[in-house]
Amino acid sequence: MSGTSLGMPAFPRAAAVSTGDSRLRANLTHATHTIRDKRARAVAELDDWAQLRAAGAAVKDRTLRHLDHYLERLEESVVAAGGRVHWAADAEEANRIVTRLVRETGEREVVKVKSMATQEIGLNEALAEAGIRAYETDLAELIVQLGDDLPSHILVPAIHRNRSEIRDIFLREMGSWGRPAPEGLSDSPAELAEAARLHLREKFLTAKVGISGANFMVAESGTLVVVESEGNGRMCLTLPETLISVVGIEKTVPTWQDLEIFLQLLPRSSTAERMNPYTTTWTGTTDGDGPRTFHLVLLDNGRTDTLADTVGRQALRCIRCSACLNVCPVYERAGGHAYGSPYPGPIGAILTPQLRGIEGSLEASLPYASSLCGACYEVCPVAIDIPEVLVHLRERVVEGGPVTRRGTRTVLKPARGHAAERAAMRAAAWAFDHPGALRGGMRLASRTRRLHPRRLPGPGRAWSDSRELPAVAAESFRDWWRRTRGEQRPDGASGEGRGGVR
Amino acid sequence: MSGRDVVLARIRRALADVPRGEGPSDPPVARDYLRVHGSRTAGQDVELLAENLADYRAIVHRSGPDGLPALIGRLLAERGARSVVVPPGLDPGWLAAAEVTRVPDLAPSTARELDAVDSVVTGCALAIAETGTLVLDAGPDQGRRRITLVPDHHICVVRVPGQVVGSVPEALPRLAPDRPLTWISGPSATSDIELDRVEGVHGPRTLEVVLLAAG
Repeated sequence: MSGTSLGMPAFPRAAAVSTGDSRLRANLTHATHTIRDKRARAVAELDDWAQLRAAGAAVKDRTLRHLDHYLERLEESVVAAGGRVHWAADAEEANRIVTRLVRETGEREVVKVKSMATQEIGLNEALAEAGIRAYETDLAELIVQLGDDLPSHILVPAIHRNRSEIRDIFLREMGSWGRPAPEGLSDSPAELAEAARLHLREKFLTAKVGISGANFMVAESGTLVVVESEGNGRMCLTLPETLISVVGIEKTVPTWQDLEIFLQLLPRSSTAERMNPYTTTWTGTTDGDGPRTFHLVLLDNGRTDTLADTVGRQALRCIRCSACLNVCPVYERAGGHAYGSPYPGPIGAILTPQLRGIEGSLEASLPYASSLCGACYEVCPVAIDIPEVLVHLRERVVEGGPVTRRGTRTVLKPARGHAAERAAMRAAAWAFDHPGALRGGMRLASRTRRLHPRRLPGPGRAWSDSRELPAVAAESFRDWWRRTRGEQRPDGASGEGRGGVR
Repeated sequence: MSGRDVVLARIRRALADVPRGEGPSDPPVARDYLRVHGSRTAGQDVELLAENLADYRAIVHRSGPDGLPALIGRLLAERGARSVVVPPGLDPGWLAAAEVTRVPDLAPSTARELDAVDSVVTGCALAIAETGTLVLDAGPDQGRRRITLVPDHHICVVRVPGQVVGSVPEALPRLAPDRPLTWISGPSATSDIELDRVEGVHGPRTLEVVLLAAG
């Protein structure tokens, strides 16, 4: 995916295109509002939600603050249970390891459980280059793969496609990947799901290698957990002879007991269910049941850089539930592709620039892909303060400062193209320190308001291209206060008269 | 340096702000969330389990020990099942009234062979009332994970009230992490197409649960 995303336009350009796509907007609005309402009801069933949320955040923080300890513990437990553990510092190394492991089996095809980590590293593309075909088996991922498309939502990657588009993709593409779609396929979801079942069952019954991610890894027991709905996960995790799981190092939790928190938080936040239809846990290998060989590839790929930022670190608590996407007014209008990464929406706006660094134009634009309304923080089951991290990253983009890249501390220069914003911030800071000048400037603005252009000139144009410039009031607030409330101070400190503004 | 050394060294540098004396389990975790939501008797837990299973479109039946063989026989006949996978430790009496070919759960049998079998009958490790979840731990009366996955029809027998717990926090201490677990909450389902829920994509399309009361 990283390869595919390199040519992606920066967020504002991409969003300008997608916001004009009325079908996309209709699909997204329907989907996000449906999940959002259901989720609110599912969460309301648990009157200790706030305590669960705090505990989820605390367990993740505990793990992150001692991640080296817990990863060593995890490795020890997985090895003791018969698994093998590999460590990958970046996407390239992870892809190299997985390619080698598949080659050692002698197989040229693998079945995959939907996994954000393998999308992040572009595993399918890397395997294709090595002559290995990877079949996505989650229904939505299948739609995306057959349509030669990109996922646009963490949980429902084909959320941007409606049923008739899906039928067309199935009829056109299934044949070249395996069993063709039945003739006369309608666009009813049940028929489409049946077509996917028949198409994929052939793969499941013959596949010798499965590739997955994991939702959680338990350090004390070496247990991996995959949470899913369709059963494609169970197929990939239990039928092949070899299982390779590629998992971000932040998915670790210390103890078996900790799962009691996350198995309550995740399904309700994600699909708004009391529990997802299927959860599979495995600890190394089990004689006669499931894969004979199990490899765990622990993936860094920017996570340790994120860990080094004491404000941004909290993004690593994310359990990929996607609740933040479904409440975000910006995501709802722009769609997932505009974020140029497998991680769209508010979490993507803080995760992608941290995992990849903010030097690129897309990455530098993502912290601005938000109205800072705070809805994402409200719904986050592990209480990631996304607005706080967004503001922090904006500061890094504009002002530069210390960051860690590929494990090395460095000082980032202010990003080019933000000179106007920097100048404006400095001017504002100066003006607020000089009340006389501020008062004079506001009065001047009021009196010349008819002369103001609708669009800003120069570097400000990019800003005003997509926004209405605020109208300047006929009278400044200070002047209005003075006229209507006499000499009373605007902060209400005089305490007299018609009530201070507090 | 190996990938392992690189990643661990990066983590240690990244965590320079963590005080040296702080131990791995020192950062506090308040576990003031509820062990169980609401107070219910064992009987009420069974009722809630039945309600939540049905809500996620599992078909729920009730039986005593005497009626169980006839019930299972009838359920298999109604489905037109001609063959059924049987875990090694399943009480043979449960299938006494079933006129079907019994397929033993054997390690060498292939997934394709399983695909030709109509149904599977198992017990379970436990069931969770609040979430409507069955948990299988590959015990002798449940068999390998794949036998409850590939056939299209699963009949799962839950001994009530003994195997029913109230909540997720009550379930985990009763389960062994070193056993492979399968948690099942209703039949396989997808909502990937315009969020319309469709049952049965890859797992069994029909899940029938028998709540077996003690005799």
